Amino acid sequence: MKFRTVLAIVAGVLPGSLGAVVLFLTIYSWPAISYNGIAFAFHNTWNLGNLYGDPVTIAGVSIQPGAHYGILFLIVGTLLSTLIALVLAVPVGVGAAIFLAEAVSGKLRLWISFCVELLAAIPSVVFGLWGYVVLIPFLAHHVFPLLAGSLGLAIPIFGGQTGSGYGLLTAGVVLSLMVVPLIAATLRDAIVVQPATIREAAMGLGATKFETVWKVVLPNTNKVLVGATFLALGRALGETMAVLMVSGNALNYLPPNIYAPISTMAAFIVSQLDSALQDPTEMAVRSLAEIALVLCIISVIVNALARLMLLAWSPGRRLAG
Amino acid sequence: MSVASMSVGNVSIAAPKVHRMKTSRRLFSILGWAATGFSLALLSLLMLWILSVVAVRGAGAISLSLFTTITQGNGGGLLNAIEGTVVLSFGAMLLAVPFGVGSGIYISEYPHTKWASAIRFLADVLVGVPSIVMGYFGYVTMIDWLGWGFSVAAGSIILAIICLPYICRTTELALQQVPNALREAGYALGASEPRVILRILLPSVLPGVLTGIMLALAVSIGETAPLLYTAGWSNYLWDGRLTHSPIGYLTYAVYTFINEPFASANALAYAAAFLVTGFVLLINIVSRFIFDRGHR
Repeated sequence: MKFRTVLAIVAGVLPGSLGAVVLFLTIYSWPAISYNGIAFAFHNTWNLGNLYGDPVTIAGVSIQPGAHYGILFLIVGTLLSTLIALVLAVPVGVGAAIFLAEAVSGKLRLWISFCVELLAAIPSVVFGLWGYVVLIPFLAHHVFPLLAGSLGLAIPIFGGQTGSGYGLLTAGVVLSLMVVPLIAATLRDAIVVQPATIREAAMGLGATKFETVWKVVLPNTNKVLVGATFLALGRALGETMAVLMVSGNALNYLPPNIYAPISTMAAFIVSQLDSALQDPTEMAVRSLAEIALVLCIISVIVNALARLMLLAWSPGRRLAG
Repeated sequence: MSVASMSVGNVSIAAPKVHRMKTSRRLFSILGWAATGFSLALLSLLMLWILSVVAVRGAGAISLSLFTTITQGNGGGLLNAIEGTVVLSFGAMLLAVPFGVGSGIYISEYPHTKWASAIRFLADVLVGVPSIVMGYFGYVTMIDWLGWGFSVAAGSIILAIICLPYICRTTELALQQVPNALREAGYALGASEPRVILRILLPSVLPGVLTGIMLALAVSIGETAPLLYTAGWSNYLWDGRLTHSPIGYLTYAVYTFINEPFASANALAYAAAFLVTGFVLLINIVSRFIFDRGHR
């Protein structure tokens, strides 16, 4: 066999794995998909039913009596925590990128950039540990009461019970820290490679350095920012351990305010597999597989869009990293 | 994009007669630098906060017995977890390196084929698939259907799939740095395709390839979610079986023992977090140095 054919086959493992993940999750969860139907996404009930009862047959599928699978609360929890993460991470990421690219130079820029990128290398479970041990008590005792007493008076979702610290806002804060290096590093690279001529043109017209960056250089990197934000979105949607440890793992419950406990699709898979395994009809485990499949498809779409956007920004250049 | 089409935007240009800058513009610039500087400072401080918590509490929990005894109930050591992390990561690298480097060579050296562009794109997409989805896939296929039980094989295979795209893309990136003249020289001397690639190109980009492998190793050491339902957990040392035998790993210790109401268990979690973070950061720093040397 030709060398190049061997390499082509070896390289096929990569798309093969992705295909296998989607294929096997679909096959495995198919009974759940057909039983749960579209209501899966719109009902707020995850109930394994009476696990000690005899399975009943509904619509040709064997389930435990009273079992019902609806994950609206997970979809809401995932979307809201991701939204909070991005609302916090995008401005900080943009700010850090600007300062790194324009105000710091030479060796210092390399070192600080490297430190910011190291933040992305810290394992998710360590973020979870920090969130659990340090951030939750800090937010619950100092920040949340303050927020509720000020912003809460004007905006209802910031008001009400501030709870124990486990919840939506805490999950959002931890997630934002995990995705911000992604935004900062990608945008910094994009700012640095902007041609000097446009800076000179703007400065020549009398703009200050910050006006040049903010009004001339930055608008040219809009597409990169959108692409990087999508990458961050994909990461935040699928983040598991850190969210699991700080979100409060709410069940069948929509958060009444920003401090309330939530759960996300990714964290729910981990927290529920043990109990789902108790279901002799396997419908619970297959419904969890359906969650995994939904999460997989969403993240494939989000990441594909992000890469297409970043590619479109650099025609003729292949994207690094 | 040509320079002409770039927006020079809404920069207000000072009228010729007036040479003093408007206070509002001056203020805008000062506030702008303050806000961006604050963002970077905030990020650095949070990073330091996390690292110092892990370092201080972790260092306090480290002792020699951690490395010599296995986990017992809510105390004991981490020898089983350390061994497990080493075994799982080694297994993952054993599988991921040949396939990752091979596919990286393919997409770099035959870049204009449809297959190569598809793989390059899918590698980027695969990086973004949540690791818990990978873990559940492993559970469904290997634990449930193949009946392997929680095992080294299942854990390593899933970690390998997660690591593949990193090795693939860094290998490609490294090979792109090689000037074409080197390839041409090789072929002109009559060397075959495999000889040019394996004996000339690959050795010359070894630091770059190594960087990718080390970063993938760091990823595999830091993963938790994909292992929970593939590798399981064990309080004992590995018995050497690839299937039907669960194995411990450090990240599990962090996740589980921090939730226990016992100081001894929490100490294990801090120590495990310290070891994992230390390894991961060390690998990142060392690989950065290797990468820089390779580019000098």
